[in-house]
Amino acid sequence: MIEFRGVTKRFPDGTVAVDELDLTVTDGGITVFVGPSGCGKTTSLRMINRMIEPSGGTIEIDGTDVMSGDAAHLRRGIGYVIQQAGLFPHRTILDNIATVPMLLGWSRAKARSRAGELMEIVGLAPEMAKRYPSQLSGGQQQRVGVARALAADPPILLMDEPFSAVDPVVRESLQDELLRLQAELSKTIVFVTHDIDEAVKLGDKVAVFRTGGVLAQYDEPGHLLARPADDFVDGFVGRDRGYRGLGFLSADGLPLGALETVRLGSPAPSGDWTLVVDDADRPQGWLAGRDRTDGAPVTAEHLVPGGSLYDVTSGSLRSALDAALSSPSGRGVAVDADGRVVGSIGADDVLAALATARAAA
Amino acid sequence: MNWSWIPRNLDRVAELTVQHLWLALLPVLLGLIVALPLAWLATRARVIRTVLITVTGLLYTVPSLALIVMLPLVLGIGILNPLNVVVALTIYTVALLVRSIADALDAVPQAVVAAATAMGYTPLRRFVAVELPLAVPVTVAGLRVAAVSNMSLVTVGAIVGLGGLGALFTDGFQRDIPAEILTGIVLVLVLALLVDVALLAIGRAVTPWTRAGAGARA
Amino acid sequence: MTGVIDWFADPANWSGPDGVPVRLLEHLQYTLLALVIAAVIAIPLGLWIGHTGRGGFLVVGSANALRALPTFGLLVLLANVFGIALTPPIAALVILAIPPMLAGTYAGVQAVDRAIVDAARGMGMGEREVLLRVELPNALPLILGGVRSATLQIIATATIAAYVALGGLGRYIIDGLALRNFAEMAAGSILLALLAIGIDLLLAALQRTVVSPGLRTPAAIRTRPRLRAV
Repeated sequence: MIEFRGVTKRFPDGTVAVDELDLTVTDGGITVFVGPSGCGKTTSLRMINRMIEPSGGTIEIDGTDVMSGDAAHLRRGIGYVIQQAGLFPHRTILDNIATVPMLLGWSRAKARSRAGELMEIVGLAPEMAKRYPSQLSGGQQQRVGVARALAADPPILLMDEPFSAVDPVVRESLQDELLRLQAELSKTIVFVTHDIDEAVKLGDKVAVFRTGGVLAQYDEPGHLLARPADDFVDGFVGRDRGYRGLGFLSADGLPLGALETVRLGSPAPSGDWTLVVDDADRPQGWLAGRDRTDGAPVTAEHLVPGGSLYDVTSGSLRSALDAALSSPSGRGVAVDADGRVVGSIGADDVLAALATARAAA
Repeated sequence: MNWSWIPRNLDRVAELTVQHLWLALLPVLLGLIVALPLAWLATRARVIRTVLITVTGLLYTVPSLALIVMLPLVLGIGILNPLNVVVALTIYTVALLVRSIADALDAVPQAVVAAATAMGYTPLRRFVAVELPLAVPVTVAGLRVAAVSNMSLVTVGAIVGLGGLGALFTDGFQRDIPAEILTGIVLVLVLALLVDVALLAIGRAVTPWTRAGAGARA
Repeated sequence: MTGVIDWFADPANWSGPDGVPVRLLEHLQYTLLALVIAAVIAIPLGLWIGHTGRGGFLVVGSANALRALPTFGLLVLLANVFGIALTPPIAALVILAIPPMLAGTYAGVQAVDRAIVDAARGMGMGEREVLLRVELPNALPLILGGVRSATLQIIATATIAAYVALGGLGRYIIDGLALRNFAEMAAGSILLALLAIGIDLLLAALQRTVVSPGLRTPAAIRTRPRLRAV
């Protein structure tokens, strides 16, 4: 547990980067600090491992004031990932990852073998071990950055805009990867970003900072979208927050409708829209009424591409609504964890479920 | 120290100063004229670049006195011909500039070159009108280094009898007049400073866009 | 030209106190001595200035001053004031070799990406470790560039130091001039050129061996003009 108590950072030129911050980061979750530039989010993060020292207040990790011991010693016990990764260009990937274990006095062989394990954990091919950072793509470098931070198995991981320098597609895969890793490792992660979508996607809790280093709201992402504390948070959270908020409402118990399906190669049935599935009942596309030749076998070239799929085992109201809205037939396709069609969902059903959830709240 | 040497020898000092400036600055001009086409060639093909930079780099490594003494063998002229100093310093200038200008040309953003091509520039006009101007700041920086270091290098020629203000060093040493040596050192420093400032001013004057950018950022 | 070949062919020029081996060894001794003394002063100082950021003006100032200072003038002045001995010219060689190494080391440390230094501290490296394990190896290409520049400077200056009675290969040029023996002058020059080029190539090879393969030569190093004052 990381506790900020009345933490203030005033720089020598008089600017107040962080103003009387009180905040508790709970163990085993991802806490995201988000806000516009100059809001003190990075300063707050860097005060945890004393890269910046507070001018007032205290920061405690599990009850111990971070200022009480040696800074270098403190930092070796906290993973640190920064934008552009900050890899050492003169060291191989393997030796970059082995940095902290070596600082902690592990033997070279042990540190390297640990580094090898971490490469596997973050999804780096073993042949990368002997390469140098300049030979890697931005996304790969960032994976190395994460592996390097995890090398000594620290309970806490500080991540300062780690994915902001990579392109959107790579960023998305790195985010998914982080969530996958976190599900396995359950670290206490503090993550700084200026991107509210990234914050909402990754955070178990999100702290929104406003310019001048004041905490505007500290909440779960669903609540942040549903009930922004003030106009600033509302504006920062941005457009479509109502729709995005559906992503945090479970679709459990949503009633599924029946759905007529036909296998590829079988004779086409009558009716307006029919979902075409393969032998394992996985959706392939829709057959439109106007394209149908009654009784003739359904072939792939007749198909109209379908919309997004709603996974009944893990889906949110957002994915259910999107499945309905993006389907050419107006009925969203619900599938199980194996991708088999289990029924259909209409936009009206989602809205009805939403009304029920609101009434219950 | 016998300072009265200075007023008694003003004419001689003035004459040597003029000679010094010629010997130092003519090679800067000649070096620029030779280096520009070579740098252009260097950006055309990797091989040419490697050869040019290796050869000029090796020549640059040769100590100046050795180069001045070896040139008569190659040029077939007398050892006391001022051409030896001029050619030696031109070689150093070319060595400095070819590499700088070639790197500067490489650093011209591809988008700019592509835009110029798309607007219909022929390769030669594009080089003169677009790439070369953008390489000016680096070129001027190279010229400043060359001019300043030439001011000092010229004096080495005095050992073989043709070194501008360097003559004050040899003469002052042989006749034991420290004031004469000191006069030479101070004059060389002053000339170097003046030429450096002059080239800096010229560089600024011909690249107004670099200042506009700095102003906009400030 | 034939005179030069004859000079090289004459066994008398290859032995005795005035022979090529002795002169070559003298030249190498001066160079090594001055280089080591200058490096011991310049490199730690440059590392410290680069790491702390304090005193950068000293580096820039000394490099600029040296660029314009006529080395030959300095040599004759020292000889004139302190008399003809071994120490003044060697001192001059050391003075001239310091600025390029100081500037190279300082620039090398300054050029290390701040994100890398930040990451190093963030992982728990102390200041000494940051300097020695991160900044130094990353600054190595520029430091060695400074060493090459300084070596070039020393070899050339040691040549003209023969004018104020230092030994070394420069003697052939100065003595040849006094005796109007152009063959000897040219032969000495050729030896000097070979020595300078040979040592520079050696240092270039060293640079390739000791610098981490992860550090590609950045453009800044290639464009940085080397100093040539003599």
